Amino acid sequence: MVEINLHDRRPSSVVSLSRIDELKRYDVTDEFVTIGSAVPYADMERGTLADLLPALAQAARTVGSPQIRAAGTLGGNLGTCSPAGDGLPVIAALDAVIDIVSSSGERHVPFGEFMTGVKRNSLAPGEIIRSISFPRRNGWQGYAKVGSRNAMVIATASLCLTRSSTAVTVALGAVGPTIIRALDAEAWIAAQCDLSRPIAPDVAREFAERVAQSARPIDDHRSTAAYRRHAVRVLALRLLERSDV
Amino acid sequence: MTNHSPPTLDYHLSVNGRQLDVQDAWIGESLLYVLRERLGLPGSKGACEQGECGSCTVVLDGRAVCSCLVLAASAVDSEITTIEGLGSGQALGDVQQAFIDAGGVQCGFCTPGFVVAVHHLLSAHETPNDNEIKEALSGNICRCTGYGRILEAVREVVVRRRKS
Repeated sequence: MVEINLHDRRPSSVVSLSRIDELKRYDVTDEFVTIGSAVPYADMERGTLADLLPALAQAARTVGSPQIRAAGTLGGNLGTCSPAGDGLPVIAALDAVIDIVSSSGERHVPFGEFMTGVKRNSLAPGEIIRSISFPRRNGWQGYAKVGSRNAMVIATASLCLTRSSTAVTVALGAVGPTIIRALDAEAWIAAQCDLSRPIAPDVAREFAERVAQSARPIDDHRSTAAYRRHAVRVLALRLLERSDV
Repeated sequence: MTNHSPPTLDYHLSVNGRQLDVQDAWIGESLLYVLRERLGLPGSKGACEQGECGSCTVVLDGRAVCSCLVLAASAVDSEITTIEGLGSGQALGDVQQAFIDAGGVQCGFCTPGFVVAVHHLLSAHETPNDNEIKEALSGNICRCTGYGRILEAVREVVVRRRKS
């Protein structure tokens, strides 16, 4: 809509999905929390979804303003696939699957195969994003974001971290062409220490450094590559420390 | 959005409890544009056209949204409340009166968006604290008042409503 308002785009046809109630629901099973692509962020900030997916709630609270959170959705984040999309690192770190439907059937795509580049995804013509399925997972999860101010801010860097007694997952936003999973850092820390116990400060620092090295940031109008890498280091250390509960 | 190219549509919108006809409208028009330019409801203001400033805030099916980011044609079958739907006739609503009394209006451009946002807040929370007020108004930008008097106006509405 912004692109239309600013005269960058003039669509010749529009298909509105806003009256499909199925897209506005969520469903909880033993295995998955499945969120319809048109559920607004406002509904993830508190309540059942926030209890089940606290990192998603934290991300949802940082999206734009109350007006934006009343209208913005995970489906929108996925359709746009901006690397700065606030919901995307959560989807990546929690190994969520994108449920895609079309007149010829449905397919379920891991997020890593869904987002293919800056504002690019593997959605084919005629397909819509029905829902996002988050595997239910025990353990800690959190999200943090750095921007030029607190309210109404597009991420300069964002990070989602999950921790169980056996694994840590980390996904980075706004510091590369896609959302980046810090797989080297994840494997390193799992091999390095017992994750069911508090993590030693030197291990945490080395982990944060490895996460920062996995970023592929650029200089642009919002920030510099060097600052973004530093921000990733700080966010990784901060969330790992928070996960010591 | 000044020049219109096909395809165009005819549809109805339910605004402030009335069914209004929209005719021959380009499909890409925002709700803000349709309200202001086609339906004679210029109270909602357009400034940033990208959801940053909140001066176009309306209530759509119970949620406060930026009307500049809503495709007007997708709002068919939704209930829309604009600044014109608050208050009664020529009489000011209590939120509008409190903004005047507190000095929360200077140039006035952002005021309709603030008034809609405050109405929406108070319809859900009768007695919000300062943090809740600030959070609810964090999507509305005022470049004149510095927000102190706007905050005071909201507190005043809460007090007056409790008394009456």
